[in-house]
Amino acid sequence: MRVTRASAIDHRTSRPRGFPWAVALFAAALAAFCSPNVAGANTSNGFNLPVGVTGLSQAMYALHMEVFWICVGIAVVVFGAMIYSLVKFRRSQGAVPDTAMVHSTQVEIIWTIIPVIILVVMAVPAADLIIKQEDTRNSELSIRVTGYQWKWQYQYMDAGDGVSFFSTLKQDSNFARQLDSGVDPETVPNYLLDVDKPMVIPSGTKVRLLLTSMDVIHAWWVPDFGAKRSAVPGFVNELWFKVDAGKEGVYRGQCAALCGRDHGFMPVVVDVRTPDDFKKWVEEQKAAVKQAGTPAAPTAGGGPPPSAQVLN
Amino acid sequence: MAHDHDAHTAHDAHHDDHHDQPAAGIQRWLFATNHKDIGTMYLVFSLVMFFIGGAMAMVIRAELFKPGLQLVDPGFFNQMTTMHALVMIFGAVMPAFVGLANWMIPLQVGAPDMALPRMNNFSFWILPFAFTILLSSLFVPGGAPAGGWTMYPPLFLQGGNYVAMAIFAVHLMGASSIMGSINVIVTIMNMRAPGMNLLKMPLFCWSWLITAYLLIAVMPVLAGAVTMLLTDHYFGTSFFNAAGGGDPMMFEHVFWFFGHPEVYIMILPAFGIVSEILPTFSRKPLFGATSMIYAIASIAFLSFIVWGHHMFVDGMPLAAQVFFMMSTMLIAVPTGVKVFNWTATMWRGSLSFEPPMLFAISFLFLFTIGGFSGVMLAIVPVDFQYNQTYFVVAHFHYVLVPGAVFAIMAAVYYWLPKWTGNMYSMGLAKAHFWLSTIFVNVLFFPQHFLGLAGMPRRIPDYAVQFSDWNMVSSIGAFGFGLSQILFVVVIVQCARGGKKASAEVWDGATPTGLEWTIPSPAPYHSFTVAPEVK
Repeated sequence: MRVTRASAIDHRTSRPRGFPWAVALFAAALAAFCSPNVAGANTSNGFNLPVGVTGLSQAMYALHMEVFWICVGIAVVVFGAMIYSLVKFRRSQGAVPDTAMVHSTQVEIIWTIIPVIILVVMAVPAADLIIKQEDTRNSELSIRVTGYQWKWQYQYMDAGDGVSFFSTLKQDSNFARQLDSGVDPETVPNYLLDVDKPMVIPSGTKVRLLLTSMDVIHAWWVPDFGAKRSAVPGFVNELWFKVDAGKEGVYRGQCAALCGRDHGFMPVVVDVRTPDDFKKWVEEQKAAVKQAGTPAAPTAGGGPPPSAQVLN
Repeated sequence: MAHDHDAHTAHDAHHDDHHDQPAAGIQRWLFATNHKDIGTMYLVFSLVMFFIGGAMAMVIRAELFKPGLQLVDPGFFNQMTTMHALVMIFGAVMPAFVGLANWMIPLQVGAPDMALPRMNNFSFWILPFAFTILLSSLFVPGGAPAGGWTMYPPLFLQGGNYVAMAIFAVHLMGASSIMGSINVIVTIMNMRAPGMNLLKMPLFCWSWLITAYLLIAVMPVLAGAVTMLLTDHYFGTSFFNAAGGGDPMMFEHVFWFFGHPEVYIMILPAFGIVSEILPTFSRKPLFGATSMIYAIASIAFLSFIVWGHHMFVDGMPLAAQVFFMMSTMLIAVPTGVKVFNWTATMWRGSLSFEPPMLFAISFLFLFTIGGFSGVMLAIVPVDFQYNQTYFVVAHFHYVLVPGAVFAIMAAVYYWLPKWTGNMYSMGLAKAHFWLSTIFVNVLFFPQHFLGLAGMPRRIPDYAVQFSDWNMVSSIGAFGFGLSQILFVVVIVQCARGGKKASAEVWDGATPTGLEWTIPSPAPYHSFTVAPEVK
């Protein structure tokens, strides 16, 4: 059931937006290499950060674009002056050097102060956003995320108390990714970005993750949530996000810190459901635990039970 | 001053231990104490490492050409990314700058040689051994280091034999760098020609003087960090082992306290080179030379208080995040001053486009792009999205390849006629320039898109929506790699012969500095009588 649901609401590469200059620059390459209907991990258009589905990710995107356009503005001025020099002051065009132009305190003070002002303009909203990002108070659901080589363990607290399972690369991807497997990755749905059992969270709820690791440093990352934090052995890092109501669906990311041989093969998948559906899911999980006396086995399409998934 | 050579010959009777001509055969190189010979050895070594590291990059890009694993297994892929970085940083870029320092600092300050010639010999000859040890780890059971060049524990400590080999190699490289730096500092401080006060000193020497202090300050920090790794691995200590009460984050702090100055070690001499070349071919003095020196010094100082920006995602208190963001952004100010001054140097000049100038201009544009992505990465809240993605890979390759490496190529094209006495093929050198500049952008620009779209770095295989840009990037990589063969062709041709270069080499342009007052090729012993600087 989840499989159908996931593919129905999965967020795929969508409308191209932004970066027209880049599109122009690489238009030829694009035309040659772009294959249509590529399955997407997130709502990025393939060029730019995703806007995402949390308040934080949207604020990050806005700040990213603000800084980007400031950089473009500076680039236009600086590169403009360079290109003008290259065109105008060519020896082959008979340009005569102005050897007296060696120093100007006034100009140098100006081009020291203007960048400082621009940096302050960028730093103030940035500092503001850091404070928001770090504020993990009043979360409604906490999940302990533990990194292992090479899978994630999710242990629910608060409303989801007692639910605990591992999340590992799905078998079809795992088969296709072997050296010379003979399987075309294009034929595997959500190649390398699918797991046997995703993290399930309710929408419209402030979720706090407590991240740690049992072996090496990993990093949990879902671009659409604007959520990335390292899982460091011996430490507990905190992270929060709140997916907007109405944005239910499956969101995908990956481990972002080199964690050994299979670093590229420990995806993060989060299934966002309405709070009611989430409650149902929690009940199902608890019932399954009671029935089996072991953590719930993965549902349709999943691999072997987590207990069988030993380190490679 | 063109008579130095004769002056030296006249003195020769009194200097029996000095030979006017180099020793014959292998002894010339094994027992080299001449700064020119040692400089040449450093540069050749660096070129060899550039191709070894480049071959590893080709393996990486070939595997990433399309999704799925076709060529190498993930473990070997990680060895390639790790070794590519170690070889390029410690084997290619840093020795190239030391080679240029060896060749050019005595010539630019009017000294007969480096201050400590035997130590100079030692600091070079350590390197082939260090890299033999490092590279031979590819052939031992368990393979080469695969935990990233940053060697973060606990991952690095999961390794086998490579742990000891890599750490010993890093120690040797560090010792070599420190000795090289001592030599640079002593030479510059004590052996400048009469009349050359510090502010009259060429910018290349200035940038190296500051770099040498940075190296001496941070190389021991790296040595300390890797020594703690060594004892954690072999002697049961728990510096970084959480289970034993240690702290894996402490390694990151110590490492990046070395690591951030290290990135400026790889770019400050490049600043010096560009500050030499742009005025020459703009036929106009460097704009704001004094503020350029202050800018280098401020960048060097700031480099010690920004290390935390490599670790925002790894967990850091709020106040530290804000502090490291602000200090990092501050670096944009002196760097901006440098870029503006270079632009002002070209402004109302009379520009010609010889190969060194072409590489310097390319540096100016492309390094600035790396600067922009650097400012973006400094913004902590968004860094959470950029960090550990291909956006970072694009950023540091923009500052290192069209930044540091292009500056090294510019320097080689600038001074090669002085070294060999021959002009090289301008046509081939320009072809090398255009191919390199085009392909380096095809190679690295799409990596910005990949990172923003969500591709993590250091992965051997990727989800299919990243296929297109990876293919473009790989094509750029193969093109860039092949173009470098032209570089070797130009150098070998030039070393073998060609049109004779004049003492000033760049006739019609305005090269300044003492190196242009001696004949080309620079005589084996130069400035045995110190020149007078007015």
